[in-house]
Amino acid sequence: MNRTSHPILSMVVSRVGLGLLSLLIVSLVIFFSVSLLPGSYASAILGQNATPEAVAAMTEKLGLNEPAIWRYLDWLGAAATGDLGQSFAGRPVMMVLGPRLLNTITLAAVTAVIAVPLAIMLGVICARFRGRFIDRFLSTSTLASISLPEFFVAYIVMMVFAVKLQWFPSMAGIRSSMDFGEQLYRMVLPILTLLLVILAHMVRNTRAAILSVMASPYVEMARLKGESEGRVVMRQALPNAIGPIASVVALNLAYLISGVVVIEVVFVYPGVGQAMIDAVRNRDVPVIQACALIFATAYIGFNLIADVISIVSNPRLLHPR
Amino acid sequence: MRYPTGPVSGQKQLHIKGFAPSRRGFIGGAAVAAGAIFLPASLRAEEGPKQGGRLRYGVHDGSQQDSLEPGSWATVMCGAAFNGALCNNLVEILPDGTIAGDLAESWQPDAEATRWTFTLRKGVKFHDGRAFTPEDARQSLLHHMGEGSTSGALAIVSQISGITVGGDDRLVITLARSNADFPALLSDYHLSVFPAKAGGGIDWESGIGTGAFRLDSFEPGVAVSMSRNPDYHKPGLPHFDAVEFIVIPDRSARLNALLTGEVDVIEDVDIRNVGLIEASPGFVIQRTPSLRHLTFDMNCQVAPYDNPAVRQALKLAIDRDDIIAKVFLGEGEAGNDNPVAKIMPLWAETPPEHRYDPEAARKILADAGVKDLVVDLSVSDSAFPGAVEAGVLFREHAAKAGITLNLIQEADDGYWDNVWLVKPFNASDWYGRVTLDLLFSTSYTSDAPWNNTGFKKPRFDDLHTAARSETDETLRRGQYAEMQQILHDEGGVITVAFVSWRLAMAKTIGHGETGGILPADNHRCAERWWRNDV
Repeated sequence: MNRTSHPILSMVVSRVGLGLLSLLIVSLVIFFSVSLLPGSYASAILGQNATPEAVAAMTEKLGLNEPAIWRYLDWLGAAATGDLGQSFAGRPVMMVLGPRLLNTITLAAVTAVIAVPLAIMLGVICARFRGRFIDRFLSTSTLASISLPEFFVAYIVMMVFAVKLQWFPSMAGIRSSMDFGEQLYRMVLPILTLLLVILAHMVRNTRAAILSVMASPYVEMARLKGESEGRVVMRQALPNAIGPIASVVALNLAYLISGVVVIEVVFVYPGVGQAMIDAVRNRDVPVIQACALIFATAYIGFNLIADVISIVSNPRLLHPR
Repeated sequence: MRYPTGPVSGQKQLHIKGFAPSRRGFIGGAAVAAGAIFLPASLRAEEGPKQGGRLRYGVHDGSQQDSLEPGSWATVMCGAAFNGALCNNLVEILPDGTIAGDLAESWQPDAEATRWTFTLRKGVKFHDGRAFTPEDARQSLLHHMGEGSTSGALAIVSQISGITVGGDDRLVITLARSNADFPALLSDYHLSVFPAKAGGGIDWESGIGTGAFRLDSFEPGVAVSMSRNPDYHKPGLPHFDAVEFIVIPDRSARLNALLTGEVDVIEDVDIRNVGLIEASPGFVIQRTPSLRHLTFDMNCQVAPYDNPAVRQALKLAIDRDDIIAKVFLGEGEAGNDNPVAKIMPLWAETPPEHRYDPEAARKILADAGVKDLVVDLSVSDSAFPGAVEAGVLFREHAAKAGITLNLIQEADDGYWDNVWLVKPFNASDWYGRVTLDLLFSTSYTSDAPWNNTGFKKPRFDDLHTAARSETDETLRRGQYAEMQQILHDEGGVITVAFVSWRLAMAKTIGHGETGGILPADNHRCAERWWRNDV
């Protein structure tokens, strides 16, 4: 009885369970694939000072001579209680990643706040004026920006706005000592780049979702009743297209957290992506693990939210017989 | 403030170059001296140093692993910001490579060079006003010593058997074995002086040193901001009011930051962008010859390289100039199979100069009765930037001498663990050592841990031991000259090129002669450089 009366709750519970299982597998894969990489933290950090004694002392200090499986279980036990451990450099992982995560989330949030409404609006416009100039124009330009690799878009944006016009700084290296206004000013170019990259995807999917609904009989019915085309799109089509739109939005939000590595590197933005590259280079396993968990959590979380939204927006799923 | 960003056409070129696949990823840390030319200091120092302004330095090598703990320092960021600007050592390396007193005023060895008495400078203050005492110096060395030390300076401090404080300005250091070069070793960047704690140990956590700049903020892997120390013990220094070291790992991002005026100086300029920067009116390329050298190393214990004639023939069968021109685009200086850089005070000339001479190589092999020599050279892009291309050219050069050189392209990842020190003929990238003693004892004596050439020669080892305790400068110079000659004549190292630290900077930054033993003007750019536009 309960299961049928709370479809969302039961779905959320089972999805969270599956999500945790995925996290476990991700952490396992990451941990053991990092230990397959040649070289160690000790030799990476000590470089040309890596005398055998120094390497041995470092290995001993970090407990790296324990079998990998014990180290993994140790880490897992601590992680399960919310303790992500210490970076090999001696600072707690949360201290290393905390400011980076905040930066990444800020960038993602600001971008999302602009991108999501804008994308849905443009998608609706395209669907409403299907085949007209505005639709063709938006479709072509979004197709173009989707086809360009993100670093290319980033360099074009930088060339126009930082080098030629000199409106914005080419480096988005924000610091915690800057006030939010200055941080935002420095984030303009990465935000603009991300907008160009993710807008296209969302606009096209919104348009497609609405158009597929527009082919349904009840839309035809609404038209026969004499409703205006704009009202048909907004009242009949859009609400029923929310499911697919939500999943593409979720995918893009997850990308904003975990996929912006290239943009971070080009604009020297101190986010989690750069932190993970840095950690892999130094074989700093606890930091790598934490980054992987953050990224995986973002993906799983956003997809869960998208599923919830599509169920809520679909009365048939919400009230099963 | 913003700087002129150069001609528009130049900018266009820059961004297109930014995309070029950097498979060659050219010349990682430093690169090469075009004929070992210092830019004349007078070029930008016409009116002498000026006071004031801010230096923003774009560092290529900084990490979120960076910490104030001196034993852990591994990046240029830690070196330039913490060792060079925040702190001082007992000694410093002058731009010409010689050693001068810093927190120590003078020093005196005993006859065997095992007991060193340092007289420390008086009146030096830490940033919080505390006076610098011999105990601070003692604890700063002890920090790196002892069981389980993971310090990068372990190889140096393990020579120390005891440190005692004598009076209010003396520090007596006893060594386990003689070392006439010991003061030079104290210039190691890990051995920066921090204030001692009451119960022993040093307080590195507070970020307080004696250096030219006080620490304002430190975000690991992002930036370090510092401001002028008005009580600095060197008169007239520093010139800047503030310095900022900003981590920019990506090469194109670094170049953009310079050209758009976000930073004043960048390190590790891609050789393909040198022309662009030199064509921009507001910027210059600054090359400082370094200790770094790129080599092909033959293991003298393994056939066929155990035959001196084979080693000699291979040394003559490589056209270094051709490789430098084509692979390094001219940014390098040919080596003469002596791993000691010319900027080292004890460098010696090692005649004759090994130049490409396929006929001579062919004759040496014929005289030694070696027929149809076949060698396998292991290379990888991570050995040194351009190693694969250099190997391809070497193969063609050697063919003209009748030598078949098989180029083995090894995996990039793990090269240093699986190929270097393992395969008998491999490419290597050496960053050099501050003293010849350290260079030889790490890489060329019979018991050296990184003896990549498997070089074992009793005469060389004897000279090495003798020079270590020789306090007579002339005798010592003679011993080191003979060792370099031995390596040149009989060693297994083929020095392809010596490279320079290659910076790009706005012309608004002034500096004198720059040192190349360590990056960033021997780490001391913050206190030595100045702005011309204040």
